[in-house]
Amino acid sequence: MSATDDVVSTREAFGKTLASLAKENARIVALDADLASSTRMSYFRDAVPERFIQVGIAEQNMVGIAAGLAHTGLIPFCGSFATFISRRACDQVALLVGHTRLNVKLVGAYGGLVSGNNGATHQAVEDIAIMRAIPNIVVLEPADDIEMGMAVEAAIEYEGPVYLRCTRDPWPRVSPPGYRFRIGKAACAAEGSDVTFVCSGMMVSQCIEAAERLSCEGVSAEVINCATIKPLDAEMILSSVRKTGAVVTAENASVIGGLGGAVAELLGSELPSPTVRVGLQDEYGECGDNVSLLHKYGMDVEHLVEAAGKAMRLRDQRSGAKHR
Amino acid sequence: MLDRTDAEAISRRVRRRILSTIHSAGAGHAGGSLSSVEILVALYFDVLRLDAANPKWPQRDRFILSKGHASSALYSVLVERGLMESDLLRSFGRIDSELQVHPDMHRLEWVEISTGSLGQGLSVGVGTALGARLTGSDFATYVLLGDGECQEGQVWEAAMAAAHYRLDSLVAIVDSNQAQLTGRTSDVMDICPLRDKWAAFGWDVVEADGNDVIAIRQALLVPRGSRGRPSVVIAHTTKGEGVSFMEAGGHTWHGRVPTAHELDLALAELADAGRSKGGEPRECN
Repeated sequence: MSATDDVVSTREAFGKTLASLAKENARIVALDADLASSTRMSYFRDAVPERFIQVGIAEQNMVGIAAGLAHTGLIPFCGSFATFISRRACDQVALLVGHTRLNVKLVGAYGGLVSGNNGATHQAVEDIAIMRAIPNIVVLEPADDIEMGMAVEAAIEYEGPVYLRCTRDPWPRVSPPGYRFRIGKAACAAEGSDVTFVCSGMMVSQCIEAAERLSCEGVSAEVINCATIKPLDAEMILSSVRKTGAVVTAENASVIGGLGGAVAELLGSELPSPTVRVGLQDEYGECGDNVSLLHKYGMDVEHLVEAAGKAMRLRDQRSGAKHR
Repeated sequence: MLDRTDAEAISRRVRRRILSTIHSAGAGHAGGSLSSVEILVALYFDVLRLDAANPKWPQRDRFILSKGHASSALYSVLVERGLMESDLLRSFGRIDSELQVHPDMHRLEWVEISTGSLGQGLSVGVGTALGARLTGSDFATYVLLGDGECQEGQVWEAAMAAAHYRLDSLVAIVDSNQAQLTGRTSDVMDICPLRDKWAAFGWDVVEADGNDVIAIRQALLVPRGSRGRPSVVIAHTTKGEGVSFMEAGGHTWHGRVPTAHELDLALAELADAGRSKGGEPRECN
């Protein structure tokens, strides 16, 4: 699978959008822990250097400084790799951002397994789970560059903590013309009636491709782009699952505590349904190209198709058992 | 400006409030609250620019209690300064209280930012000082740290950043009571020489007797704001200051709650005319 030429990565869209909005909004400041070229905050640095704050390789301090800046009425964006902003600065994020509810925006570039062949140390697989577990933080993972641009705008408009997860490489665009992103609202990327994919980030385009393959086999799959992982759009997910009765969650992260965890929690209490969670199965990643990584760790289109089959079999077994 | 007699009388009343509050709640941190009394009295009576009628006055100086466990001292000083009702102290640490054992900004408006996880306050202070510069405000930021707290790496990340950004509106105060929860600071993890460390990180360093209210006030009032360097006041204090058996107990009084008998003994000592500890500078060993 390859991206079309004009599509850029979500990190690129983040950097360009933030720089452009910062020119018109003097309250926006950017903090960097020596990764601006990778997070694409470099666009901000070049556009508004007077509001770009370099803190050096010190993520905990960066989050604390951001809390202080927000305290004076500014809107700080902290950029780092998703691994470091979530794990290295976890206590600072929890207490100085979550508990204080200060208007800090946390940006994790290089989300998940596909992180530029840097291996396990740079693959954020538990960042979504960490951010989700901290009260008061909105967790966003846009699927493509268009949606990311709108998510940056929405994060600025929203008064309070936001975690914005980016992907390093470009993936196919999924946002339809005229699409409007809103915090807390998922989007139906493909309609179907046999099985529901709930996914975020680059996995949305993978799920759309899986749905196309399934349709050749006569299976009608619905794809829900769940760009807001917290708060979850329970209404849209439940209404789809009432229709299909079988669910596959797909995320570029560990299946523990992230989107898959969130959906399983929702369904467990509201609408128990067979749910197959695609993502890292409680393990660390490694080096390798994106295609090989997604294949080895069970996150490619082939595995998504298999997962859909499994979810539907579980549903059918259960309904068969009920009727006996 | 308070004169010595009044300032020392206020400090004694603050100490009585601290111990009564901790005893009544069955929670709190006596030793490190008592050591910081004169620092807080000097700040709230004579140093901080504040509007008693408006805790959120935009031009107020920011004070961050990075050693959040000294909350009972902060609350007691707020009462003495007339910024908080004394009745509130009775709710300290109880369910639904404005007075959390570690201060919560959403519950009490005089709390600038919630603290309690050590090592984080100075970074926030760097942020408010940078924010003042970016928004064209001239308020100062004061951050009170414990000496044990200086074992946290984040303190030094923040110290580096403050000097790098030439934040001369930022003042750190180290309540150097030389004891922490499990022992003497020099035994647990020696942080000396503190003066040299801060100086090496690019800060102007002033040392003072932190339990002499006039001496610490003088140190806090050293003119700042044009030298392009942040400043730190190393306040030499005694853990449990003002109560003989708590001073002798050192670290054992970090988180211990006095019994009714101990409270009576302490209040009796604090009812005396008091002894002035001014004069002798206590050095970092």
